[in-house]
Amino acid sequence: MNTNLYNYILGIADNSLILGQRLGELCGHGPSLEIDIACTNISLDLFGQTRSYYQYAAKIKEEGTTEDDIAFLRREREYMNLLLVEQPNRDFGHIMARQFLFDVYHLLLLQELEKSRDMTLAAIAKKSIKEVSYHLRFSSDWIKRLGDGIEESHQRVQTAIDSLWTYTDELFHQTEADKVMIEEGIGVDVTKFKDDYLKRVTAILEEATLKIPETKWFQKGGKQGIHTEHLGYLLSDLQYMQRTYPNMEW
Amino acid sequence: MTATEQHIEKELVPILEQVSDPEIPVLSIMDMGVVRSAIIENNEAKIQITPTYSGCPAMDVIGDDIKKALLDAGYQSQVELILSPAWTTDWITPRGRKALEDYGIAAPLDPISDKAVLLEDQRIVKCTICGSQNTKLVSQFGSTACKALFKCDDCQEPFDYFKCLK
Repeated sequence: MNTNLYNYILGIADNSLILGQRLGELCGHGPSLEIDIACTNISLDLFGQTRSYYQYAAKIKEEGTTEDDIAFLRREREYMNLLLVEQPNRDFGHIMARQFLFDVYHLLLLQELEKSRDMTLAAIAKKSIKEVSYHLRFSSDWIKRLGDGIEESHQRVQTAIDSLWTYTDELFHQTEADKVMIEEGIGVDVTKFKDDYLKRVTAILEEATLKIPETKWFQKGGKQGIHTEHLGYLLSDLQYMQRTYPNMEW
Repeated sequence: MTATEQHIEKELVPILEQVSDPEIPVLSIMDMGVVRSAIIENNEAKIQITPTYSGCPAMDVIGDDIKKALLDAGYQSQVELILSPAWTTDWITPRGRKALEDYGIAAPLDPISDKAVLLEDQRIVKCTICGSQNTKLVSQFGSTACKALFKCDDCQEPFDYFKCLK
């Protein structure tokens, strides 16, 4: 098995799985019907992307592995998603802030991955770009609407940005698998678009009359499987059926 | 072969035209443009389909429906899901667009062909019920991944818009 390629795929795919699960939690609990549907639509896109990645990863892993094994049968430390996407749903401002901070990154990442020498990853990226552009439009619109809205909405979304900002530096950390895959022309060098990310985020936040906080301490670890306490709870929901009825199938 | 060219064996066309999207029953998968190739090899039909959206839950059903329709017509078949080239609303045929409109779903508009440039990307989507242009976007996300929700300010009815995907 090509362990580096396998880990590289999971490093990208796990973000979509975990954020998809977070948004899925809003099903039936969104602040309004339209937003409920929007968040679950985004969740569905992310799960669809996750499936494409996991199906590919399953082929690389040993014979008999399925996409479901990868999604449901790993332990917390084996998930390599960013800390940002596992942060729990709080108020709507917080949910949109998390979405926005990830969407900007996600799109930049996919626009690089589209050029990968690996044809499968390039195809998934091309397909996902169309969906993620739409996600970014949705979250950017809400950031502007809430930030430049009333005092209460402004305050809430600013508080969310302040508390989530500490997870944004990790987005641009390279993993071991990253380094090998960049060498081979397959992986994306995330350090390259950090400036672009900050520029794009700042532009929208300024329009929304919001500020990037002056954070000196940044959290990291998600990419190495060292997660915040929130991921375990999320996984116990996500994996419930497999743990209760081992090897069940739909 | 250009990226958007389809290879469809003529005799398979009428069979595949019987299969529709379970969520939009008036639209055949041929008119939706999701069938990318259909060939016959050693008496077996090999079909390639591409999803409209990555997470579209209709794809599994469509795959099963294709196999069943082909079996009824006397063909064993294999259905493969391909991601590249990625589906675009440009592949919906004129007949498909009409079927959508008749069904009450506004067909996708090309952002360049309308007044989007003047109106900051706010497209004028005509009401599928009364034809009014006095409509507004209620939600960018509708009842399925491929639709957005609009409302008509004249007849007050909500309606779906098939999102433009390029």
